[in-house]
Amino acid sequence: MRRLILDESMRAHVGHIGSALSIAEIVAVLFGEALRFPGTDDPQRDRFILSKGHAVLALYAALMLKGILTREELATYCGDGTLLGAHPEHTLRGIDFSTGSLGHGLAIGAGVALAARMAGSPHRAFVLVSDAECNEGSLWETVMFAAHHRLSNLVAVVDDNGQQAMGKTRDIIDLSPLGAKWRAFGWDVREVDGHSVPELRGVLCAAGEGPGRPRAVIARTVSGRGVSFMEGEVKWHYLPLTGELYERALGEIEAAP
Amino acid sequence: MRKQLAATLLDLAGRDPRIVLLTADLGFMVLEEFAAAYPDRFYNVGVAEADMAGIATGLAACGYIPFLYSIATFASMRGYEQLRDGPVLHRLPVRVLGIGGGFEYGHAGPTHAALEDLGIMRCQPGLTVIAPADDDQASAAIRAVYDLPGPVYFRISKENCPPLPGLDGRFTLGRMEILREGADAGIIAIGSIAAEAVRAAEMLAADGIRTAVGIVSSLRPAPADDIRKFLGGVATVVTVEEHYPEGGLGSLVAETAAGIGAPCRVVRLGAQFPFPAVIGSTRFLREHHGLSAENIARSVREGRGGGRP
Repeated sequence: MRRLILDESMRAHVGHIGSALSIAEIVAVLFGEALRFPGTDDPQRDRFILSKGHAVLALYAALMLKGILTREELATYCGDGTLLGAHPEHTLRGIDFSTGSLGHGLAIGAGVALAARMAGSPHRAFVLVSDAECNEGSLWETVMFAAHHRLSNLVAVVDDNGQQAMGKTRDIIDLSPLGAKWRAFGWDVREVDGHSVPELRGVLCAAGEGPGRPRAVIARTVSGRGVSFMEGEVKWHYLPLTGELYERALGEIEAAP
Repeated sequence: MRKQLAATLLDLAGRDPRIVLLTADLGFMVLEEFAAAYPDRFYNVGVAEADMAGIATGLAACGYIPFLYSIATFASMRGYEQLRDGPVLHRLPVRVLGIGGGFEYGHAGPTHAALEDLGIMRCQPGLTVIAPADDDQASAAIRAVYDLPGPVYFRISKENCPPLPGLDGRFTLGRMEILREGADAGIIAIGSIAAEAVRAAEMLAADGIRTAVGIVSSLRPAPADDIRKFLGGVATVVTVEEHYPEGGLGSLVAETAAGIGAPCRVVRLGAQFPFPAVIGSTRFLREHHGLSAENIARSVREGRGGGRP
């Protein structure tokens, strides 16, 4: 997945690489194991909402690896006339909701979860938000709503990489203790290493089962994970890759266990 | 009009299990009957209009038809981006009920006066925009469009709006309704202020000025052909809306007139701005902003005389 992210960022000369690398394991566990996904139009499919839409390249990579997009389609990323832009577009196969404006996705997920409960459908809603997205007041409106209505089929995964567009979250709007905040609002909070597949598997695969509370997975991650010169560096929220750096990044990814 | 809304929703919900009613903590003494009849399809989301718009998007994407209830200012503006990026962008059947537009909240002051809701909604592609003129038309309009595939914004009067003479509860999407014919001048009105426009036409008729009256309740899709025809029949057309003159009905009529090079004069009446620092009843504010029947009649006379209304 990381290789696809680097390849397409390089080819399209588009940034947001650090954001996509940050969520690689989360998206991999969701699409590889957690999501019940019998078909892109099956009404009982779990819905995944990438509320931090700017990390979409990780989602495209997952859709390709699931066989929903072809390699050729992926190669149109950020080209002219494509549906594969820098944020998810719902008319693209495999994507249910267009996102890109932070603070909106969790409310849509709550609607999906509520609809499932009303209709007696087993489907769940998984919403991936960024830690900085928790700056948006609208997100907390949904946090309160979902807890009040005990939407246990709603799962919010917070990509807690400690970084936002202009710097570190602790310097801009300090969110800590983030898990305690969600817990105080009535959510079932699990804090995990967001790059550990076993830990993610443990909190995502059986999430949304039975009555109870909505689940928040605080996934501690590193922006740009896997590429040493990108890790924790704000500039890789923006910069596209150049030839030499691409080769270096690729070498590190390929050498990783 | 709120009573007709509640009764119509109650009836429709009995026939169509997809209907869900959400409110952002408003509708005391209006929504109780629905809440009691369909507790599983009624949600008070709390004072959270943006959240309500997002939740409705998820519900509609899963097959429901959510109606969202709030005061017109909050219903239209607090969650505007969520409506744009939700039901509009995804073409989903969410219905926004903006209650009491214009000056209907009177003494509540400018935070409660929706004077731009129709304009901001009209510029969203694929969003149907409806402002009924009387109670019977409101009921007909809700029934006519409740199961359209795309989103709808309704501006619903908070007051009782008795039948306008000649309207007979008619509503056709994308059409204008003609209440009176007249070759000397024309008035086109939208929403509950239409009652003042009808009274103005009656006053003018008493003075021998035969004034046609058209009601545009379907602002989008716009009744373009009907407006063109109306503009061709008179030398002066006055538009009447409880809204700023920009963006709403007045803009629609002026744009239509410009598009066909209509030889008639278009005078746009609406709320003055910046919002005057004055508080008062609905009646007082309508008068203050030049929207009473007397004001409208005066504007028609001045418009015909070529003066500055």
